[in-house]
Amino acid sequence: MTSEASVYESEKSDVRTRWGAIKKYWYLVTLIVPAVLIASSWAAWETGYGQWLWALAVVFWVVIPAVDFVFDEDPYNPTEEEEAELVAEGAYYRSILYVATLMQWVGLVAACYVVVQGDFSWFNQLGAILSVGAMHAVGLTMSHELGHKLNDKTQVFFAKLCSAVSGYAHFNIEHNKGHHKDVATPDDPASSRMGENLYKFALRELPGAAKRGWSLEAERLKRQKRSVFSLRNELLQTLLITVASYAAMTYFLGLAALPFLLVTAAYGWFQLTMANYIEHYGLLRQKQENGRYERCQPKHSWNTNFKASNLLTLHLQRHSDHHAHPTRPYQLLRDYAEAPSLPQGYPAMMGLALIPNAWRRVMDHRVVEWAGCDMDKVNIDPDHRAELYAKYHQVPQNLSAETIAA
Amino acid sequence: MKTELIYECPDCAYQYHEAQGCEREGYKAGTKWEDIPEDFPCPDCFVREKPDFIAVSKTGEVA
Repeated sequence: MTSEASVYESEKSDVRTRWGAIKKYWYLVTLIVPAVLIASSWAAWETGYGQWLWALAVVFWVVIPAVDFVFDEDPYNPTEEEEAELVAEGAYYRSILYVATLMQWVGLVAACYVVVQGDFSWFNQLGAILSVGAMHAVGLTMSHELGHKLNDKTQVFFAKLCSAVSGYAHFNIEHNKGHHKDVATPDDPASSRMGENLYKFALRELPGAAKRGWSLEAERLKRQKRSVFSLRNELLQTLLITVASYAAMTYFLGLAALPFLLVTAAYGWFQLTMANYIEHYGLLRQKQENGRYERCQPKHSWNTNFKASNLLTLHLQRHSDHHAHPTRPYQLLRDYAEAPSLPQGYPAMMGLALIPNAWRRVMDHRVVEWAGCDMDKVNIDPDHRAELYAKYHQVPQNLSAETIAA
Repeated sequence: MKTELIYECPDCAYQYHEAQGCEREGYKAGTKWEDIPEDFPCPDCFVREKPDFIAVSKTGEVA
């Protein structure tokens, strides 16, 4: 190595260490999300300028992708020593999520109050819906993180409280016991198939996940010899928090609160659907001879490692490590250089997914390259099977004789 | 005396003790490991199943 290169390398590693040290405080971005909603709702109320209601939507869809573009990827993976430190400081990382959960509730009430009691145009009300939806998206990411820590009662409690903000009662059950078990297989309603567009996926994922969540919880209660309609039903516990709080807001703020809350919740769910759509598009685990699917490996999730969106999503974008070790706390998740990667952060990729043709132009060839042109290795939408095989399928040369013999 | 075996998830280190069972998943205290169904997933991480679990003795050694 030339001395110039080694100076460059050591500078690079300095930058890495410094970023690693201050990153701890950057996770406070999670608090800024509901804070922006609260502040902008207040600003709209005080000034009468309804445009303020667009603030968080603009942050999510414009500012974050732009910051990702400027500040690029996150080079920091904790070393083993640092990991021990990050585990020891777990209480700090968890409390950010507890405080943020409470702030999300305040944010929802604030936005709802301002929209219902104020006199804003339909256009600015739409901005409020998109802003609250963006907060819900981050909220579900928080609830996702908390909901995985089943051996910690406080985190499980906050996961329910957090899912209840957007009324996504079945999420934690369905996600842990359903999605993680079946990920990247045709059995999983929350893994998208190649050729399937976002909207078709949404119609399969939204009801499919709700059904699976309910039946998983029913099975658990049956093993406990309890009725499915019991207060021990964790799905109903979360739903109860939502129903009670939405009813209270409707009662105190006016009837117009109800449609606002329901529309923003539904849009929040759709944001989660978008995340699910981009996380495993086309990727497939092979079935083994014993009938079990091969274990979920880093190659079975799409990753992206941009700094800003990584902070915003609590490292959810380091998705391979998350699926390999679902109970790993967010501050510990690592980037795998060899895992399949998306060209942009999650918010930008979600935007792309809204335009099916653009999404397929960017992603289909990546799936084909991932599978080495062997379409048997791809999770394909049955309606597009013939078309995609004709277009991309190439039997690997060294296997062709064997395949023909078989 | 036979030492009690503990069954550990190789991914997240969840431990199944027969004496405790796994009440939250509906397996009563005292449920023998052999009475746990084959498709029993780890109740913490859900990405390993019963056949993947490792039997360890109380001292933590692989049995």
